[in-house]
Amino acid sequence: MTGQDVRRIVLDAIHRVAPEIDPSSIRPAERLRAQVDIDSMDFLSIVIDLHEKLQVDIPEADYGRLTTIDEIVSYLEARTAATPRSR
Amino acid sequence: MPSLGADMAFGTLVAWHVKPGDHVRRGDVVAEVETQKGVFDIDVRQDAVIGELTAEVGARVKVGAPLATLTPTTEVAPPPTPAPTPPPSVAPPAVTTVAKGVHDIEPAAGRLRASPLARRVAADLGVDLTTVAGTGEAGVITRGDVERAAAQGVAVLPVAGGPEVAPASPAEPAARANAMRLAIAAAVTRSKREIPHYYLTQDIELGAAMAWLHAANESRPVTDRILPAALLLKGVAVALTKFPSLNGFHLAGEFQPGGAVHLGVAIALRDGGLVAPAIHDADRLSLGDLMRSLTDLVRRARGGGLRASEITDPTVTVTNLGDDGVQAVLAVITPPQVAVVGFGAIHERPWAEHGLIGVRPVVTASLAADHRVSDGRVGSQFLAELARLLATPEAL
Repeated sequence: MTGQDVRRIVLDAIHRVAPEIDPSSIRPAERLRAQVDIDSMDFLSIVIDLHEKLQVDIPEADYGRLTTIDEIVSYLEARTAATPRSR
Repeated sequence: MPSLGADMAFGTLVAWHVKPGDHVRRGDVVAEVETQKGVFDIDVRQDAVIGELTAEVGARVKVGAPLATLTPTTEVAPPPTPAPTPPPSVAPPAVTTVAKGVHDIEPAAGRLRASPLARRVAADLGVDLTTVAGTGEAGVITRGDVERAAAQGVAVLPVAGGPEVAPASPAEPAARANAMRLAIAAAVTRSKREIPHYYLTQDIELGAAMAWLHAANESRPVTDRILPAALLLKGVAVALTKFPSLNGFHLAGEFQPGGAVHLGVAIALRDGGLVAPAIHDADRLSLGDLMRSLTDLVRRARGGGLRASEITDPTVTVTNLGDDGVQAVLAVITPPQVAVVGFGAIHERPWAEHGLIGVRPVVTASLAADHRVSDGRVGSQFLAELARLLATPEAL
């Protein structure tokens, strides 16, 4: 799985909860919630989606480190590298 | 035609799911109706046999007018026990997994994007969807697009929601948002005209609640994680069981207690407006079940598939505006309900206790209640009880 794959999965997850936003218009280094109308329920949906697609567990304690798309992608890349997928 | 909003006058019958002679059980979805607030599943209140379908698909039907004749079968074959049936908000998978509604779109890129309603109308009108240009969110093909394509340039088309509220417009999403705005305007205007509100607020310290929730979530799989909102809802529901004058309806000049606590949850829709469908018997659900009901309700409120009973049943409403950071919300009661509970953001704030100041997570809870039915003393006791319950979250 490449960084591009992870990024695409993240953008897909965001698109699923916020279909009105064109994911390519989101600036990846800026705060996601300043650009997309996402509430805590939406964020949990994104976390569940990423968990199901990437088999990565994202503890609540780490939510604070996941404020931009770039942060989410690098977090997931580190996690997918650290914990080899079982399938 | 049930009233699916304080100001709904008409509904448009979108589909029948039954035919004459069919046997239906309580909670079965028999039809779909479109209102200013979207498409709703119409579920039946009791076991019955369908007689005649008096309304045709596409008909605009006045609230209170019959859609079909039903012959109840409960007298013939009574249920084995008079025990309460399971909360209908936990809908059978066959219904909840079939996402439907005007906002629904296909997630996969490159595929034809059309709302289920647009697909159905296209099938009925014989319109090839691949020839239709979508004007909805992200280019989604809407019912209006299909109807325009079918009419080939005819300017005035029947727009869902009725001519009083939905002018023939080239952009259906705008018309829908406008219709929703008018429906909300009518409801809140009636509320502020008729209901003498009183307002109370109380800061509630959530140190124990948040610590308990974080610990509980650490041991739960991500799919079962519980949001603070669910804990707040559970607290409200349980507290309300002790204050019946805040839970029910003011109808024909008098208060009618709601009995069960069917918690209306205000849900903002992505293209504007809001709905407040019920979590049935919220006080009796476990926290996990309440969270699942909440997730399911938000998904269906935004994606389609809300049931008529969920719209008509709320005995009280809760609005949670904390996600954007506001400290408190003093909300407008949804008639004919008699109270609404509001929550602002859960923020860390200085908190004095036992002569010491510490930093704690705190939420400002508010109550707006109908002064014809209850007094401030009752309201303040309710908020105190809510604070007491949230201090021992493990008991919720």
